[in-house]
Amino acid sequence: MSDSRQHVRPEKETSGELSPEFATAPMGLAREPLITGYRGLEWISDEATRFNEGGAPSWWRAGLLVALSLLVLGVVIVAYLVTTGVGVWGVSHPVMWGWATINFVWWIGIGHAGTLISAILFLLRQQWRTAVNRVAEAMTIFAVLCAALFPIIHVGRVWYIWWLLPIPTSNAVWPQFHSPLMWDVFAIGTYLTVSILFWYLGLMPDLALMRDRARRPVSRFFYGLLCLGWTGSQRQWHHYEKAYLIIAGLATALVVSVHSIVALDFAATQLPGWHSTIFPPYFVAGAMFSGFGMVLTLIIPIRSLCGLENLITKRHIDLICKVTLATGSIVAYAFVVEACHAWFGGKPYERFMIWNRVVGPYWWAFFVAVACNFLVPQAFWFRKVRLNLRAVWVLSILINVGMWMERFVIVVGSLHRDFVPSNWSYYRPTWVDVCTFAGSFGLFFTFFLLFLRYLPVVAVSELKSIASACVWGCSSTSDGPDTRR
Amino acid sequence: MTTDANTTNAVGPGSGEYGLIAEFAGAGEVLRAAERLRASGFQLWDVFGPYPVPGMSAAMGLKKSSVGWFGFIGGAVGFIIAMAGIWYLNKVDYPLPIGGKPFFSPFSAFPTAYELAILFAAIATFGGLLVLIGLPRVRHPLFGHGRFALATRDRFFVVIESADPNYHRENTRRFLETIGAVKVEVVTM
Repeated sequence: MSDSRQHVRPEKETSGELSPEFATAPMGLAREPLITGYRGLEWISDEATRFNEGGAPSWWRAGLLVALSLLVLGVVIVAYLVTTGVGVWGVSHPVMWGWATINFVWWIGIGHAGTLISAILFLLRQQWRTAVNRVAEAMTIFAVLCAALFPIIHVGRVWYIWWLLPIPTSNAVWPQFHSPLMWDVFAIGTYLTVSILFWYLGLMPDLALMRDRARRPVSRFFYGLLCLGWTGSQRQWHHYEKAYLIIAGLATALVVSVHSIVALDFAATQLPGWHSTIFPPYFVAGAMFSGFGMVLTLIIPIRSLCGLENLITKRHIDLICKVTLATGSIVAYAFVVEACHAWFGGKPYERFMIWNRVVGPYWWAFFVAVACNFLVPQAFWFRKVRLNLRAVWVLSILINVGMWMERFVIVVGSLHRDFVPSNWSYYRPTWVDVCTFAGSFGLFFTFFLLFLRYLPVVAVSELKSIASACVWGCSSTSDGPDTRR
Repeated sequence: MTTDANTTNAVGPGSGEYGLIAEFAGAGEVLRAAERLRASGFQLWDVFGPYPVPGMSAAMGLKKSSVGWFGFIGGAVGFIIAMAGIWYLNKVDYPLPIGGKPFFSPFSAFPTAYELAILFAAIATFGGLLVLIGLPRVRHPLFGHGRFALATRDRFFVVIESADPNYHRENTRRFLETIGAVKVEVVTM
C-alpha cells in the first residue's frame, strides 16, 4: 500500500473511491512515501511515543548531564559577568558589539527555520512538514530563549533591563520608539510568545494522546492537565483547525519581520558594512539557511536515537536539504550584491570595508563564511549526498559554523576599522565570551533533551491525518481501512 | 442496561445517564453516520476521533468557525494600543527630541505596532479558541468511559447526549446500529 501512497490529501473524501489525484497519477511518478512500514493509526502513536514511554536510554542521561554541566557553567559565568561588568568580555572601542551580538543574531536566526517549517510550509500544504515540525518548533523556542539571553546580559547593568519596557516609573522617562533596539524588544517578545502558543496549540491533541496512553496515574494527571481536557470532539477540531491556520498565518508574518527588525539594528546605523537596504531580506534568508542547517543537525541524530526512522524518512532529509540549498543560494546572492553595492556605489568607505573584509586582518573569517555558506551547500545539488546522512550531518554543522562566521564578519569585520585609523584595533574574545556561548548551548540542549523525553516528538494527530487521507484514497481494495481490527 | 427496557427507555438529564456512545470502524463509516445523524434531527451529539476527518464539519452541518473574529479584533486592538501608546508616551507625556526627528511618526511606530498587533491577535485567537471549545475542562463524563480513551488513538465514536429531545435509549441505540455502529454503550455521568 505504501508504494502507491501519494500524500495528497483529497479535498473531500467521503467514500472509498479513488480521488482524482490518485486516479490520474501515473504509477511511474509515484513519490517515495512519507511514512514507511505503515501499519495503522495506533502504530503511529506507538512509533511516535516510543521514546517517551520506555526507560531513559543512557545516551539521553549522558547528554543531559553534559548539557546541565554547560548550563551550570553558563549560570556561573553570567553571574561573574553581572557582578564584574562587561569588561570581562573582549569588547572594547571600536568593537563594542562582540560575541554577545553575534550569538544573539545567530541563535535568533536558527529559530526562523522552525517557524518556516511549522507555519509557512503548513500554509503551502507541504505534508512532509508534519513529521519534523514539532522538533523544529521546539528548536525555535529554545533558540529564541538563548538569543534573548544575550541582549539582556550585554546591557551590563542587568537590573535596569526593565527600562526597555514602557512601564510607568517614578523617573517618568519613557523608552523612545524611534530606535530599532526598542522594536527588537517587541519583535523578540512577540516571537517568543507566539512561537510558544503555536507550539502548544499543536501539542494539545498529542498531549491528550499521552494522557490516554499513560500507565502511571501521575503522568496521566500531568498530561491531562497540560492538554486542558481535550476530547478530540469534532466540534473542538472544527474550531481548532481554523485557529491553527490563523496562528500559522500570524507566525508567517513573524518569519519575515523578526529578523528584518534585527537587521535594522544594524542597517539604521551609519556604519559602512551595516548601513544597507539589503540587510532585512538578507538577514531573513540567512536566518532560514542557518535554521535549516540546525534542523538537519538535530533531526539526523534524533531519528535514529529516538527510533523515528519510519516517520522521519530519508525523503524528509532530502527535502530539508533542498530548502537549505535554496535559502543558501539566496544568502550567496546577497553576498555578491553587497559587494556590488560597494563597488558601484562609489563610496570610498564602503569600498574599503569590502576590501578590508576580504584581505584585511579578518580575512580568515570571511574565507570560512564563504566556504561554508556558499561552497558547502552546493553539495546538496547531488542526490547521493542528500541521501547520505553522515555527509549531510557534517555539512549541516559546517553551515552552522559558516553562518556564525558570517555574523562575525558583519559585526566585527565592519567595526574593527573605524573611520579614524588611530582607532583601529584587532578584536579578540576572552575565555568569558567562549564560556558564555557554551553556556547558551547548555541552556538549549537541556531544554531540548527534556522536550525529547517528556513531550511527543512528532505531531501524531497530524501524521494520522495525512496517513489516513492517503490510505482512504487507496482503500477500495481488500486491504481495508487501517482503523479496522 | 439489562433492567426492563420499557420503563427506563425515556431518560432525562437528571437520570445519571450522560448518553450513548457508539463506536465506528473507521473514518469513512463515521462520516457517513454523521450525515445520517444530521438528517435525523439530533442536536446534542458529537463525533470523536484522533484527527479531524476531512469533510466532517460539513457532514455535521457545523457553521463556519468564528475564531477568526477573535484574532481580527485582537490584532486591531493591539495595533491601536501600540500606535496610540507611542504617540502618548513620546509626544504628549514626555517628548524626547531625538536627532531632530518628529516626536511621533507612524513610520517609526509601525514596527512596534505590527509586532503588538500579531501578539494580541495570536493571544486572542488562542483565547477565543478555548472559549469556543469550552476548555480548559478537567472533568468530563466521557473520561470515565473505558473505551473512550481510544478516541485519541485510532477509534471513532459518536456520542448522543441524553439531554437531546429526541433521545430514547433503545430507539437511539437501534438507530446508531443501523447507521453502522459496531458497538453501542451507555455512558453514565
